[in-house]
Amino acid sequence: MKKISRLALGLAGLVGLAAITGVQAEEAKTPVAGGTLNMIAQPEPPILMVGLNTQGPTLYVGGQIYQSLLTYGTGLEVLPSLAKAWDVSEDGLTYTFTLQDNVKWHDGQPFTAEDVVFTADKFLREAHPRWRYIANTYVESIASPAPGKVVFQLKKPFSAFLYAFELSSFPVVPKHIYEGTDYRTNPANQTPIGTGPFKLEEWKRGSYIHLVKNEDYWKPGQPYLDELYFRIIPDAASRAVAFEKGAVDVLRGGDVEGFAVRRLAKLDGVETTTAGWEMYSPVVFLQMNTRKAPLDEKRVRQAVMHALDREFIVKNVFFGLGKPATSPVASTTRFHSQDVAAYPFDMAKAKALLDEAGVKPAEHTVRLMPIPYGSQWDRLAEYVKQQVEQLGFKVSIQGVDPGGWSQALSEWDFDMTFNFTYQYGDPALGVARHYLSANIIKGTPFGNNQGYSNPKVDELLLAGASAVSAEDAAKAYAEAQKILTEEVALGWLYEMHNVTISREKVRNLVTTGIGLNEAMDEVWLAQ
Amino acid sequence: MRPPFRSATAGNEPLKTLDFLFQRLIKAAFVVLGVVILNFLLIHLAPGDPAAVMAGEAGAGDEKFIAQLRAQFGLDQPLWWQLVTYLGNVLTGDLGFSYRNNVPVAELIMERLPATLLLTASAFLFSLLLGVVLGVLAAYKRGTLADSLIMTGALIFYATPLFWVALMAVLVFSIHLDWLPPFDMESIGADYTGWARFADIAYHLILPTVTLGLFFTALYTRLTRASMLEVMSLDFVKTARAKGVPKARIIRRHVLRNAVLPVFTFASIQAGQLVGGAVLTETVFAWPGIGRLMFDALLQRDYPVLLGVFLVTAAVVVTVNLVADLLYRIVDPRIEAAG
Repeated sequence: MKKISRLALGLAGLVGLAAITGVQAEEAKTPVAGGTLNMIAQPEPPILMVGLNTQGPTLYVGGQIYQSLLTYGTGLEVLPSLAKAWDVSEDGLTYTFTLQDNVKWHDGQPFTAEDVVFTADKFLREAHPRWRYIANTYVESIASPAPGKVVFQLKKPFSAFLYAFELSSFPVVPKHIYEGTDYRTNPANQTPIGTGPFKLEEWKRGSYIHLVKNEDYWKPGQPYLDELYFRIIPDAASRAVAFEKGAVDVLRGGDVEGFAVRRLAKLDGVETTTAGWEMYSPVVFLQMNTRKAPLDEKRVRQAVMHALDREFIVKNVFFGLGKPATSPVASTTRFHSQDVAAYPFDMAKAKALLDEAGVKPAEHTVRLMPIPYGSQWDRLAEYVKQQVEQLGFKVSIQGVDPGGWSQALSEWDFDMTFNFTYQYGDPALGVARHYLSANIIKGTPFGNNQGYSNPKVDELLLAGASAVSAEDAAKAYAEAQKILTEEVALGWLYEMHNVTISREKVRNLVTTGIGLNEAMDEVWLAQ
Repeated sequence: MRPPFRSATAGNEPLKTLDFLFQRLIKAAFVVLGVVILNFLLIHLAPGDPAAVMAGEAGAGDEKFIAQLRAQFGLDQPLWWQLVTYLGNVLTGDLGFSYRNNVPVAELIMERLPATLLLTASAFLFSLLLGVVLGVLAAYKRGTLADSLIMTGALIFYATPLFWVALMAVLVFSIHLDWLPPFDMESIGADYTGWARFADIAYHLILPTVTLGLFFTALYTRLTRASMLEVMSLDFVKTARAKGVPKARIIRRHVLRNAVLPVFTFASIQAGQLVGGAVLTETVFAWPGIGRLMFDALLQRDYPVLLGVFLVTAAVVVTVNLVADLLYRIVDPRIEAAG
């Protein structure tokens, strides 16, 4: 009898436990309002006004304050943000956006179509280098024919146009605050007014940025979090300590060194993801100045590509956080093509190519200038030096700081350097700029600084950009990728993977292809 | 033979001091001006400018955009004209406008200066007091185990890089022992006021102060010991000893007062270095001071901020030296208006 009752008790207990865990599982899916999320802004953003600065940390913090018309999923599907619907005419020349209703700026003023027109036609056309290129090249007019509607009339079709409305490309700014002012010195830059789910409460420079919930946010019942803190911790080791000790709940890609990522990922109650970078998909490349002998010779550049073991680079220099790149267009970006020239690691082939070109490596000293963004890049430089020296060249590494690097790149005063490019979802937005011969402009650091020029590639890239149908664009871009890889216009090394590390209690952290730059209106904290 | 520590002459001392102060102030102003001009030229010698750095960050390939930024920042003007404009503005108390932060430079600096002053002043006092005490002890116990221990410790900290000490201090006292906070100047989000805030800041101040101060403690310990030993071998000390003055009293009244002079001199010169060391300490401990502001401004070529920081730190260092000179005259009246 006793035994039975014990068994019964036990069974009952099990059933009860199952019921409780069932309830818990259900609870774990239902957002709970409240709580504070602690993060790190690294480096400290100079300003939170996204229209004037599009550095990573500015977008991370500013993305909670400012919003764009659209956002993009992890598969690059176009999603609503301040625009709830959009329509593209069949000739690809008219884009009509319908805006969300009842959106207010943080100062209580209503958000209207006039704000979008001002942003596109005035503010960003003056202050935003990427938008001004698009606006000046493709846009005929921007107007609001009716309340809540904005129409962009294009001069010629632009297949990437729907991808040009991401936060960093098109942050909508308030007309009533900026119209008729000097945008850069406007004092309102210090008290940003956006439409986003959080408002700036306090910025104690050097310590933290404190945002609080926007009670009038246009999505009812959201955001769930009450407060966001972005801490300023300049030292990488100290940032790792901050996460370990629980002072922060989230680490963004690059917040800690690659070797620390592995260690922190193993802590209890910690999650990691590489999702949330699909829109940016940074591709790292070796930029070889094609004006300078012997790098002006295609076969020498091919030889360098064969001499670099890109698997090795990813695994040993960047702690496995990435994958070898095969094309100028990242594998996550639209119109990526597999039909390209491949460069497997093969020293014999590399040397044969040099022989074939009649180049005597011992006669050349190559200067290699690593991008001054931290020690991993210096190690990459050491690896490249070692490999290129095995081909017989002499290589000298030149250390510079960011100002010096920009200068040398702008003045074409380099032989080899590293750089990486954000893709922004479409080749016309983030990729083509490095290959178009019209972008060979002295005095600017981010164009076709290696001096690569091929009229056929120009034609194909422009054809892809102006294609009306996706098939035509894909065809043009595929052919361009084939030529670019064959001629080694740049030495693509790898597709960077950025790891977001967070505590398990943080839910819905990464939901779109812009990851942590997305407005955190869906994020909540499990109890 | 008169004891060297007694006041020398009476007479028009205050007047002399005022005159001395005035002369020193004029000299100080010239020093600061020199620092500003030299830095202005040095910064512009470095490759790259803020417009290029900002365009690089924006991923721009548009020369008109860069030209527009340069014109906005006044960088399209001839260098000498930029310098004259800058100096003119400084004379009227205007330190300029930060290209990157889009705020007046004075505002940026004033926001950060108190944290640096607090950190450097605490490290300065900590290292000077502890250094002198240990130095005296070592000299007093010369040749004993205590002397060897102190001097070995001093040698170790003298030779250890600051950032390593900082990281080890965090590892031991914050992570393993969990006694002290590893970073920040105060508890973020706690909103303490009054005494609670004071205690909170003091608690956060311990690790950075000790870290920044250890090198200088080592320096002052060695210096004090050497200086003590030197003075102890002088004739007047022998005389005092021959007179039968107790050893402790000789050390306190006769030797220390003389031996501490070179330490003072040295410490006032080191004040500048302390600000340099603060850059590292502030970085590791996320201390919201001026050092980090300077470092970021340098990387971004934010000229007005950089020049502003140099100007303010130069002014601080010159002031510290001036105060040291005045103190010196009090401690050692033999030094008169000659300074």
